[in-house]
Amino acid sequence: MLQIVGIGLLATVLILIVREQKPIFAFLISAFVGIGIFLAMIGKIDSVVSVLEDLADRSGIPSVYLKTMLKIIGIAYIAEFGAQIVRDSGMESVASKIEFAGKMLILVMSVPIISVMIETVLNLLPS
Amino acid sequence: MNIDVSTIFQIAGIGIIVAMIHTVLKQMGKEDMAHWVTVIGFVVVLFMVVRLLNDLFQEIKTIFLFQ
Repeated sequence: MLQIVGIGLLATVLILIVREQKPIFAFLISAFVGIGIFLAMIGKIDSVVSVLEDLADRSGIPSVYLKTMLKIIGIAYIAEFGAQIVRDSGMESVASKIEFAGKMLILVMSVPIISVMIETVLNLLPS
Repeated sequence: MNIDVSTIFQIAGIGIIVAMIHTVLKQMGKEDMAHWVTVIGFVVVLFMVVRLLNDLFQEIKTIFLFQ
């Protein structure tokens, strides 16, 4: 944790120095630091995901649902990451389009689950 | 949890040196050369960032998307 905070502070100082001269390099440093911190944390997410898979196996949930859920989490991470980097460089409109695309893809992926849920609710209702 | 801090310093150093070369070339009156130096430095750093970005996307693919 201390390492991450140190790298963040260091990167901020370097970005502030470089931005005076060349804003493009400041953008690249911020992207690099973001990717590095994300890569450092993704190993820990891996272990959490494997525990979740184990739990889902034991409770008998169909693995399609867990796969869809993990895909949705992955899409959310990627979309958020890209949108934040783009927003940092001042392109608010492009960032909001990336977020919009992420939301749309999540909606498309969750349609089967929603339809299954509605089927279940309809079966519960007395006809 | 091992981020290569040296690469961050490398990128910042390339940025500062490119800015310096840009200024010197501009003073010498070679505007087009100065712009080419900027573009080449940008491409070199972009290669570093894109390689790391590729690593990140592969990791996300293997963890979340099961491919």
